[in-house]
Amino acid sequence: MSTTHTQAQGHAHEHHDDHGPAKGFKRWLTTTNHKDIGTMYLVFSLVMFLLGGAMALVIRAELFMPGMQLVDPGFFNTMTTVHALIMVFGAVMPATVGLANWMIPLQVGAPDMALPRMNNFSFWLLVAAFSLLILSLFMPGGGPAAGWTLYPPLVLQTGDALPLAIFAIHLAGASSIMGAINIIVTIMNMRAPGMTLLKMPLFVWTWLITAYLLIAVMPVFAGAVTMLLTDHFFGTTFFAAAGGGDPVLYQHIFWFFGHPEVYIMILPAFGIVSEIIPTFSRKPLFGYDAMVYATASIAFLSFIVWAHHMFTVGMPLAGQMFFMLSTMLIAVPTGVKVFNWTATMWRGSLTFEPPMLFALAFLFLFTIGGFSGLMMAIAPVDFQYHDTYFIVAHFHYVLVPGAVFAIMAGVYYWLPKWTGHMYDMKLANLHFWSSAIFVNVLFFPQHFLGLAGMPRRIPDYSTQFADWNMVSSIGAFGFGLSQLLFVYVIWKCARGGAKVSDEVWDGARVHGLEWTVPSPAPYHTFDEAPVVK
Amino acid sequence: MNMVKRAFAAGVAFAGGASPAMAAWSDVNLRVGVTELSREIYGLHMLILWICVAIAVAVFAVMIYSIATFRKSKGAVPANFDHNTKAEVIWTVIPVLILVGMAIPAARTLVKIDDMRGSELTIKVTGYQWKWQYEYVDHGVSFYSTLARTSDEARQVDSGVDPRSVENYLLEVDNPLVVPQGRKVRVLITANDVIHAWWVPDFGMKRDAIPGFINEMWFRADETGVFRGQCAELCGRDHGFMPIVVVVKPQDEYDAWLKEQQAARQAAATPAAQTAQASQQVDTVAALRVANAE
Repeated sequence: MSTTHTQAQGHAHEHHDDHGPAKGFKRWLTTTNHKDIGTMYLVFSLVMFLLGGAMALVIRAELFMPGMQLVDPGFFNTMTTVHALIMVFGAVMPATVGLANWMIPLQVGAPDMALPRMNNFSFWLLVAAFSLLILSLFMPGGGPAAGWTLYPPLVLQTGDALPLAIFAIHLAGASSIMGAINIIVTIMNMRAPGMTLLKMPLFVWTWLITAYLLIAVMPVFAGAVTMLLTDHFFGTTFFAAAGGGDPVLYQHIFWFFGHPEVYIMILPAFGIVSEIIPTFSRKPLFGYDAMVYATASIAFLSFIVWAHHMFTVGMPLAGQMFFMLSTMLIAVPTGVKVFNWTATMWRGSLTFEPPMLFALAFLFLFTIGGFSGLMMAIAPVDFQYHDTYFIVAHFHYVLVPGAVFAIMAGVYYWLPKWTGHMYDMKLANLHFWSSAIFVNVLFFPQHFLGLAGMPRRIPDYSTQFADWNMVSSIGAFGFGLSQLLFVYVIWKCARGGAKVSDEVWDGARVHGLEWTVPSPAPYHTFDEAPVVK
Repeated sequence: MNMVKRAFAAGVAFAGGASPAMAAWSDVNLRVGVTELSREIYGLHMLILWICVAIAVAVFAVMIYSIATFRKSKGAVPANFDHNTKAEVIWTVIPVLILVGMAIPAARTLVKIDDMRGSELTIKVTGYQWKWQYEYVDHGVSFYSTLARTSDEARQVDSGVDPRSVENYLLEVDNPLVVPQGRKVRVLITANDVIHAWWVPDFGMKRDAIPGFINEMWFRADETGVFRGQCAELCGRDHGFMPIVVVVKPQDEYDAWLKEQQAARQAAATPAAQTAQASQQVDTVAALRVANAE
């Protein structure tokens, strides 16, 4: 895709000198600027990533040796539950929304998001949501401890934390829906002249599809947790057999949301990687159209595979067959993506700056997560894998070296554009290598633990699982400490560093409109739309 | 089917090899188990694992070759192609064929797992926070099974007991389930409070225990011995502390054990207790009728 832009930048300063950013805290509280809001989302998600990570370290510290050394089993369950809720809804999702806020207007040549005030509101709702969730930890009866899936009847045994957690989910869901609407409207209405749908950068495409997924499934999740609320407080029995309800109904509703939710986290990651690999291969993305169609197929399939999360609930044989076969099908479009990324590198001219390193680690390690996903699609074998550490290993492979590495790749890719400075390459490389090594020390042994028979979500284990748990915990602390380096690199880059050119990366200009604006990107960009050929 | 047979024959041969190697292997891989289903599941697992490994080797080799060869630092000049219809069709169609090859044996096993006909013994398993109840529905025997006291003492925070000094730490119970060797046992699974899951890895299967509903599964243990498992669905604070132990005995030893249990029960039963037990049995029979009607 080749892009050019007109004299838009020449005019930028004439229009907006009179209202730059306000000063002090008010700037951030009342801002409607997509760049400010993008920054707030990213900083918020980084804070949540560290908090959720700290909880993961509590878990791994307790599991370092057999025997209970540090925490009560009930608190252990709270940690697994809140770690997951924070990482899914507080770290990964807001990080991709932050990247969307910053980059979608820059990539489609729009001056801002289509609905800037709603944009501000959706961010601050998220802050309210997570304040509630964190407060729920201090309620009588302890924090939520039924797992992030909140299965009844167990979740109904939660103390005063239950309504707080549910309202937190409602608010986070409302925030996500607003963000999704904003992204769809921006993409549909504010593209630069000449940018047809099939000329949009892949990151914009994957986010467009993700936004539709969000609008489709967040209300379903809100409905499910609202039914939990009424079962608990208002005497309904949606999920209680004693009143004619069914606990498994909740699982169906939850996973109808939950499976698309998985793709809500990974599709933007696919988009980021599809931006980075061509840039550092100095070659156009291989099979652009196929990438778009594969993304759409994955999104479609995500709606008809949900019950593979619940093969053991006792479904009819026909149901098990259907969900097994539909799940296996996902391997086809996902395979197309992996092959296309590989073909993009083929006969390219590769360099290995930190964004590319993270994208390559994504390519290898996400693929491993994809393979274990295919294995557990096979229903009869899943009767063994289900609810063991094999599952934990699988979804951490697709989420940590998958989604999180892609987000880090995106940050390293666009950070110079945001700040106008190049970051400390040495430290960024160090961050990459320590993360990439420790993430495998952390999660690979969990495959072994699961296959050998260790159930997930247990605070203590029988002694034959001791060795690999110790290895995994060492990896966890190594990985956790490495992320402090990430924080330092970003902080240092925000404060100063070598000035970068508009293009930042060698030859990036042909890969997207964002590389045609000055670095750092001025507060207002594309006052006049660029023309895309 | 042949592929599956070969895969699990290879697997069994591997597992049956030198015993030190076997110990290491069982620390990192699925167990072969002692039932027809568990062996078939193991065969499927190994088949799919090796297919994935083969694909991974091929794909990673291309990636690594690209990374090593097409480097700017080596003076690589980028090509400018951006698609190749032939290649794209090939790498869409071949995965579909591989998936079909996996799906056929998987579907066969799934049908077999679901075939509950011809069971010779029915046991009702009920999950509680945090123990199991086993009822031999046709024989009037019923008991609870909880974590062994030695493990329970050692697992308290700062108990001062080294878990390694406790035999079968967290995998020992007071009253194990006893079943006869070589008989098809139908297990009816339910729960009394929250959802649990009954899982013995050596039998290849787990099923959720759901309050208000009865699930079923079956196994036929070919070997005698003691087999251990755990609750596999988060069920609250002590989810990690409600293990499952199944003792498989030859038919005659099992019969003797059952008789002993029945005699002990009659001796211990006061008239009041008998009434309670009888009414409980009526409940079980009613529940069974519901399950069968479904």
